[in-house]
Amino acid sequence: MTPELPASLVANPWISTWLTVADDGIIALRVGKVELGQGILTALTQIAAHELGVPPEAVRAAATNTASSPDEGLTAGSLSITFSGGAVRRVCAETRELFRRAAAHESGLDTAQVQLVSGVFVAPNGSRVGSYADLSGAVDLHVRVGDPSLEIELAPPTSKDLARIDLPDKVMGRPRFIHDLEFDGMLHARVVRPPGPGAHLEDAALEAISSMPGVEQVVRDGDFLAVIARREGQATQAAEALAATASWSAGIELPDPDDVEGWLRTAEAETRLIRNDSARHNDAPVVVNATFSRPFLAHASIGPSCAIAHYDDGRLEVWSHSQGVFTLCHAIAAALDLSPDAVVVQHVEGPGSYGHNAADDVAMDAALLATRAPGRHVRVQWSRGDEFSWEPFGPAMVGDVTASVDENGTITDWSYELWTNGHTARPGYAPHHSLLADAHRAGIPMLPPAVDPPAERGHGSARNAEPYYDIARVDVTVHRLLTMPIRTSSLRSLGSHLNTFALESVVDELALATGRDPLQMRLDNLSDPRAREVLSTAAAAAGWGAPLPDGHGRGIAFCRYKNRGSYCAVVADVEATDRLRVTRLTIAVDVGRAVNVDGVRNQIEGGAIQATSWALFEQVRFDRQSITSTDWESYPIARFSQVPPVEVHLLHRPDEPPLGSGEATQGPATAAIGNALADALGVRVRALPFTPDNIVAAINAAD
Amino acid sequence: MVSFQLTVNGRDHTVDVPRGTSLLEVLRNDIGDKSPKFGCGLGQCGACFVLIDGHPTPACDTPVEYVHGEVRTLAGLGRPDAPHPVQSAFLELQAGQCGYCVAGMIVSAAALLRDNPRPTRDEVSAALDRNLCRCGTHQRFVDAVLAAAGSAPGSET
Repeated sequence: MTPELPASLVANPWISTWLTVADDGIIALRVGKVELGQGILTALTQIAAHELGVPPEAVRAAATNTASSPDEGLTAGSLSITFSGGAVRRVCAETRELFRRAAAHESGLDTAQVQLVSGVFVAPNGSRVGSYADLSGAVDLHVRVGDPSLEIELAPPTSKDLARIDLPDKVMGRPRFIHDLEFDGMLHARVVRPPGPGAHLEDAALEAISSMPGVEQVVRDGDFLAVIARREGQATQAAEALAATASWSAGIELPDPDDVEGWLRTAEAETRLIRNDSARHNDAPVVVNATFSRPFLAHASIGPSCAIAHYDDGRLEVWSHSQGVFTLCHAIAAALDLSPDAVVVQHVEGPGSYGHNAADDVAMDAALLATRAPGRHVRVQWSRGDEFSWEPFGPAMVGDVTASVDENGTITDWSYELWTNGHTARPGYAPHHSLLADAHRAGIPMLPPAVDPPAERGHGSARNAEPYYDIARVDVTVHRLLTMPIRTSSLRSLGSHLNTFALESVVDELALATGRDPLQMRLDNLSDPRAREVLSTAAAAAGWGAPLPDGHGRGIAFCRYKNRGSYCAVVADVEATDRLRVTRLTIAVDVGRAVNVDGVRNQIEGGAIQATSWALFEQVRFDRQSITSTDWESYPIARFSQVPPVEVHLLHRPDEPPLGSGEATQGPATAAIGNALADALGVRVRALPFTPDNIVAAINAAD
Repeated sequence: MVSFQLTVNGRDHTVDVPRGTSLLEVLRNDIGDKSPKFGCGLGQCGACFVLIDGHPTPACDTPVEYVHGEVRTLAGLGRPDAPHPVQSAFLELQAGQCGYCVAGMIVSAAALLRDNPRPTRDEVSAALDRNLCRCGTHQRFVDAVLAAAGSAPGSET
């Protein structure tokens, strides 16, 4: 047994925080990671049952509650299996041994003689000593993990996939989502947002609206405006009527949508050297210079955000689908001037969020409104338009690459300079006004600029900005904007998306410029055998090297997520006629030990399809005052007829630590599509998305 | 408030609601059937689809007074002991990530299979094209519908 404890256990060392065993044998598991549709509760249940030696049905994993669950921070960064999985495994192994010791004590046997068979402790002769239920009264779990007197051997690293525990409710139509939660006498609220960032409320017919049918209250607090009504439809109607009466000042000016790149390059920014080896490009035989960009991207959750709050006697309870209920709890307490102990946030499953979307903001809305209607549950539902207008977006980015290769095909020097807003603005990222309602209440013109996770958490803007290839001299500079007219925060894979697109496009350009095969170019510059193996596996499965018909193209790309997480290689096949169609994605991944193999496949398939949607269609639209892509017509995403078949090859690594899977494909899938498009057209498109407009512009620029 | 009668999943209901109330609100908040989901309120995403006389219809922008046919929702397609074949196939193939769009997907798929019991892969894609999925579970959804139809997943026939 390794002496060091997983990080989640250092912060939450009591076994009883994580699990309790009831006298009916049901094992209540409490974790600090939340179900986002990625299957984490299923995987953790599987780990717990396997380690305890009980059927999975005996384990009930509870949704995270800030008052009773271990604080494991955010559910983000493809780290949940690594952190929570490691903690659950250790907690359950120690629990099992505490029960074995109790069984030995009961039966007068040596601990080593007691066997565990299907959840029952038995003597060497097969006679029953007792089950977890029988022994639950004899074992005190209010002990710290890491008891040196326990002899612990972890169960074998792999176990049979457990089917998703949340899926039956969702498929049979039973209430499961936060949107489905209902309380007696619950009130419905809608918030009326400003027409654009920084607009201040001048006037609104509060009294007239408050006499509309069903309206209980019209709330104004600075620039925050809302209605609370008895019926949901009444709240919606009153909010529409209220919006029609409201007059607002002109807001701040948004960047010129036709020159986002110019704005990014000139806005006030903080500049950081991520790496500085003094790369040289003057004397190299082949040098490639290229600029890559992506637009603002929306999380575009299929269900607009929702929350419920209840305030009574100085205590606030909030139900939320946030990815970070603990940080949300503190941020709400700070904004409402309550003690953190007076606020409890209960996680309830929501629609997929893919990063920091409006889930936290709507919780703040509900909390604020609940304090105005004490004793009643207040439910706030955002509209589709509000979600598209006010969620924090994945930031627009532009990056310049200069790269040099020698006669032998060795990449020798690499320079990368990136301009972007920060990639995280989770609740509490700034001392004040990190939640939208709090900012509107205070009337500040724009939220504090988004920041970036530190290097030890894999960077934000600079994630995968340093090549994983063996390159002698690498320079990376990041300019993080200190102004945020368009709100940004973390979107699946953070900066890795654009950085990997840029990096992997240039590796292809270097290969083409030196007459080398793009796959071979990568293999020749990568010493890590696991990196090479995903590339070879994906290439072989896709038939790399076989000729393609006219108008078709094939591209390959690689990424090791955060340069220390999972390995992923993608081969994309495309057809480029009047528009780009992705016809197939062939993917090889190495995520270390896969706890739930089908769960990993599902994440990889989904990530690749979402990345395809980003690459082909997605772009937040705005004018100088407001966001204009406010529905699914103006922010189209991939539909069934536009989605490629995805083939996933998962490398078997049972003895390697788990590396995470949720964000593995975003960068390499995008880059592989870009490389395939260049292969088909003979022209490289370096501005995302690959819309007909951007493709035509690239062709015209090349002529 | 106005009284409206409607038949949902084979049961008759009388609801007293304001004129103009959406079918989605009536189903979710008055009748208590949470299976159809609010996605956009604009009839663009399919999360709220229900069957009205067998046709997939967005409940979010259909006022209750315009509903004259029989309504069937995801919750009324099958029971835990007798799921609809599409529901069984979704569970068998683990077709879902967040699951928020699943209600509309299954409703659209059930309507397709009633009219076309042996659809091709392209016909399934076309039938589900009005339903948006953000997690990228499309391939599993199509495989599950084909499996429910008795075709092997991935089969082109």
